[in-house]
Amino acid sequence: MVNNTTTVKPHRSNVTQRKIANRIMLTLCMLASVAAVTVLGLVLFFLISKGFSSINVNFFTQLPNHVDEKAGGMSQSIYGTLVLLGLASVIGLPLGILGGIYQLEAKGKFASAVRFFTDVLNGIPSIVIGIFVYAVWVAPIAKLHPGTGYSAFAGGFALGIMMIPTIMRTTEEILKLVPFSMREASLGLGATRWRTMWSVVLPSARGGVITGIMLALARIAGETAPLLFTILGNEFFVTHKVYGIKVPTLTAPIDALPLRIYNYATAVDPEQQRMAWAGAVVLITLILVLSIAARAATRGKVLEEK
Amino acid sequence: MTTTPINAPAASPASPKKLVFPKASFSILYGDRIYAAITFLASLSIFGIIVWLAVQLSQASGASIHKFGWSYITQSNWDETKDIYGILPYIFGTLYSSFLALLIAVPISIGSAVFLSELAPKWLRTPMTFLIELLAAIPSVVYGLWGIFVMLPWLKTHVMNPISHAHPHNKFALWIFDVFFSGNPYGPSMLAAGLILSIMVIPFITAVTRDILKAIPRSQREGSYALGATQWETISQVVFPYAKSGIVGAVMLGLGRALGETMAVTMLIGNQSPGTPTGISFSLFQPGYTMASALANKFTEAAQGINTSALAEIGLVLFFVTIVVNMAARLLVFYTAKDVAGGK
Repeated sequence: MVNNTTTVKPHRSNVTQRKIANRIMLTLCMLASVAAVTVLGLVLFFLISKGFSSINVNFFTQLPNHVDEKAGGMSQSIYGTLVLLGLASVIGLPLGILGGIYQLEAKGKFASAVRFFTDVLNGIPSIVIGIFVYAVWVAPIAKLHPGTGYSAFAGGFALGIMMIPTIMRTTEEILKLVPFSMREASLGLGATRWRTMWSVVLPSARGGVITGIMLALARIAGETAPLLFTILGNEFFVTHKVYGIKVPTLTAPIDALPLRIYNYATAVDPEQQRMAWAGAVVLITLILVLSIAARAATRGKVLEEK
Repeated sequence: MTTTPINAPAASPASPKKLVFPKASFSILYGDRIYAAITFLASLSIFGIIVWLAVQLSQASGASIHKFGWSYITQSNWDETKDIYGILPYIFGTLYSSFLALLIAVPISIGSAVFLSELAPKWLRTPMTFLIELLAAIPSVVYGLWGIFVMLPWLKTHVMNPISHAHPHNKFALWIFDVFFSGNPYGPSMLAAGLILSIMVIPFITAVTRDILKAIPRSQREGSYALGATQWETISQVVFPYAKSGIVGAVMLGLGRALGETMAVTMLIGNQSPGTPTGISFSLFQPGYTMASALANKFTEAAQGINTSALAEIGLVLFFVTIVVNMAARLLVFYTAKDVAGGK
């Protein structure tokens, strides 16, 4: 377009206009991310200012006390959440880690299909998993033995299903970071593939795999929707004795922190609402500790390479 | 098992007679096959779960599918006393609240992604990324709690009341008022649900968009700068077109999240039909239902039989909608990433 015979006119005004447009748009981009971080700040600020004052020793050791909420606590919810996380891990860890190993080792169309559907399963809403577990577990048992059905097992099963895709993806991502040469060296020495995985790759990626597990736990610890359909919730400990040792009764309803927060938050009693805030602080602390510890452990490994 | 390249156990006795090889142990002979089989089965669990979900949900909602057929999704009546169930208002509520959420979240997410991948100084990138990802770590029920006790009162006094007390004069403004701001500003409403949803999907869209922007080759940008483009012109005219389908995929991933989000929406949307005969209202101030919130809300009082079956069908519809949206989104992201990698 620019022809040698014509003189090129500098469009000064246009340049200023473009510069101004540039400035404005870049500033807007910056403001967008500031807005996102501000929202985070607002959420955390109100959590702490409204909930922190209600946390005391009773909160962790007492059962709910509806006569005097201040003297009561949420010990059974905290305990229930931990039991559910344990049960979910029993299902989610082996399947997730083994599946992740498969995705690392296997190549080809089928392996990428697995990877693809892992992501798809990850996107299925938790409430769908909840109604599924209700249909497959709670309802049939309730039909056989009326009055039962809602159980810690059902809740753990639902959360375990949600854990599988998350753990699969993170395990694969992390095992990928182990240098290929290490595997080659091991295979070159005559080790079999499973021996290479077990004695070379997994030990060197141990920290990363644990990180993945913690992130998955952090994710499911706050899940409420599937629990609505599976555990019912209660306000006491349900235990029975096996050889004289008290163990939780996993076939009975159990409570969970997010479920309790939901029930209290939608209640009319301001004292219960106060307890909901306190519960939220405990829940968020649990989740933040899990996820911040996870990130700190793999800082400079996963985050930057992504 | 043909997909896993497994070394055949090398236990050939074809060697000079004097050398005596130990007999290959069980773990050497079969270890790798067992290893391949176990990991393969574990990965099959993904398909197993998806298929099982579809089968079980269709079975549970069988009675309702049989009785109502398509009228289930075209009817607006949900009447437990007459056992007539239609979810049109819930479908509308789901789409409308998700649309509102994306309307707010998309510009903010893309802006943040641009800032994080192109503009921010190096020392700021990791902490900012981390903070925005923390938004995704906060559980839905905590957003709900915050929404009820912090956001709703604020919205009511600073947004809803002033708007509903304003008296527009020209015709167009009146029309806008009638459509979008009718009803009493009680608090729980479409607006509140859309806002909280937007907060919840921002981290997802931001993270995926940022990854895609980062994958775009430097040479593209350098070429643009060399031609004298400003930074914004480079981003908007070179980087965005290159990343277009990936960004669309990211937005659809966010949509998938928004469609199925339950707790926070249940706590903020009011769970009441707006006062219109069809149960559909575009007004931001009216309460409503989404599919997920209706399911969560009506479940506790549901009677056995057709009522539960109709509820399970909500789950089935939600399952299919989210699976389609997610598959489309993943494919878009996948192919963009592939194209981008190919163009390097």
